[in-house]
Amino acid sequence: MLASLTRTLGSLDLAEDAVQDAAVVALERWPRDGVPDDPRAWLTVVARNRALDRLRREAKRLGKEATTMDLFGSEPSPLPDTVVRDDQLRLIFTCCHPALALEARVALSLRTLCGLSTAEIARALLVPEATMAKRLVRAKGKIAGAHIPYRVPADHELPDRLPAVLGVVYLVFTEGHTASSGEDLVRVDLCDEAVRLARLLRDLLPDEGEVAGLLGLLLLTDARRSTRVDSDGELVLLADQDRGRWDRTAIGEGTELVVEALRRSAGTPGPYQLQAAIAACHATSPTYEATDWVEIAELYRLLEHRSPSPVVSLNRAVAVAECDGPAAGLPLVDAISGLEHFHLWHAARADLLRRLGRDVESAAAYRAALTCDTSAAERRFLDRRLAEVSAPQDS
Amino acid sequence: MPTYVALIYGEDADWMDEAHQDQMAEYGAFGEAAAKVLRGGHALQPTSTATTVRVQGGKGGDVVTSDGPFAETKEVLGGFYTIECADLDEAIQWAAQIPGAWRGSVEVRPVLEMG
Repeated sequence: MLASLTRTLGSLDLAEDAVQDAAVVALERWPRDGVPDDPRAWLTVVARNRALDRLRREAKRLGKEATTMDLFGSEPSPLPDTVVRDDQLRLIFTCCHPALALEARVALSLRTLCGLSTAEIARALLVPEATMAKRLVRAKGKIAGAHIPYRVPADHELPDRLPAVLGVVYLVFTEGHTASSGEDLVRVDLCDEAVRLARLLRDLLPDEGEVAGLLGLLLLTDARRSTRVDSDGELVLLADQDRGRWDRTAIGEGTELVVEALRRSAGTPGPYQLQAAIAACHATSPTYEATDWVEIAELYRLLEHRSPSPVVSLNRAVAVAECDGPAAGLPLVDAISGLEHFHLWHAARADLLRRLGRDVESAAAYRAALTCDTSAAERRFLDRRLAEVSAPQDS
Repeated sequence: MPTYVALIYGEDADWMDEAHQDQMAEYGAFGEAAAKVLRGGHALQPTSTATTVRVQGGKGGDVVTSDGPFAETKEVLGGFYTIECADLDEAIQWAAQIPGAWRGSVEVRPVLEMG
């Protein structure tokens, strides 16, 4: 509805205000008069009328009668599905325009595509509400002021524009995933919102392999969510997770998406497809011991080639250590630079050193990991491991 | 249609210098290609010719001039174009074809529409 109105009115702000107005009217009237037969159509018509009122008032103030004339002429009519679909796509590409800062894109998407309130978004992203409100106002101001277009990019523009959209959905998911320690019960479930957004994108762009890859990745990762932390809120490693509690339906759907996306990619899979394929290897392995580390190491090698980053190199090194032993993985971990402030780099080194029996060096690495930023659950895990390698070796 | 200014930041150069002939030719080609959206613009002389002017103590106060641009930075404003485009996407498309975009950077700013 917001998307349709934005198209008609040409302004996100105006459309948003209008929808809010309509919701208020509905709250007053529906309990009294009963819910209309088609609530969505009812709301759209009311919102449109409210917006026209606002425009009319604005026009009078500015003495610009002419600008609103077009809108008065167009009678509200039911919208066909294809129009709704295009409107949603337009809204997505506007909210995720690369000219907006990533954090602004995330906030705008949660506000307009997921319908979260400013307060909910602020809580979910752990920033003060006033900061979030300012961020949203600023982003909407830029859309209007710089004339960021409200349209779906042409096919030839999609390769440039799609990553900005996928990046937003992925960030929403990882924000929810890493903070899933359950400290804040009212926290909006960002993982669910991200999956919802990915599904919407998949419906709207069914032929894009990376969209299928992203949805697959989120489903496969989310399928393991309930087993990542135990009943005491402690972190559980992949090796120790109860695979019987993994969500088989999500894994099935995610795996199908990966298979389909990889077939479509014709030998040049994108980064989300590769990550999804890795997640599928983990999710479909009956036990940790049976994990196909050779395949996973190869997928990380392709990913390292496709979109190099120190974190990808770290993951590859860990996979190599699993198939060829810690002695093969350690030099690869040591060769990565730029992760000195990343706790998982130190933790990976510490783990390999521990497995090689080099406890003193291992303890030092765990201590280094603890000096980095980590979540409370990860911190407790690292403390436990540190205690293990520091304990006297008399047992 | 909205109007944008593309501010070109890069090396502090004397564009009339022989050494920059190639670049000037590139700008000439851009000017031709973008003729239908161009509404104006200038290349600027190097910052060694710049003077910064301030009036101290409010309007009518002492005029204080100093040599050089306001801020000492590696990338300096070397010129600008005014372009009229349908929207930001079109403006970005044109800005990406300005040689300064690959030699330095181009800042695209919508102008304030009066009235």
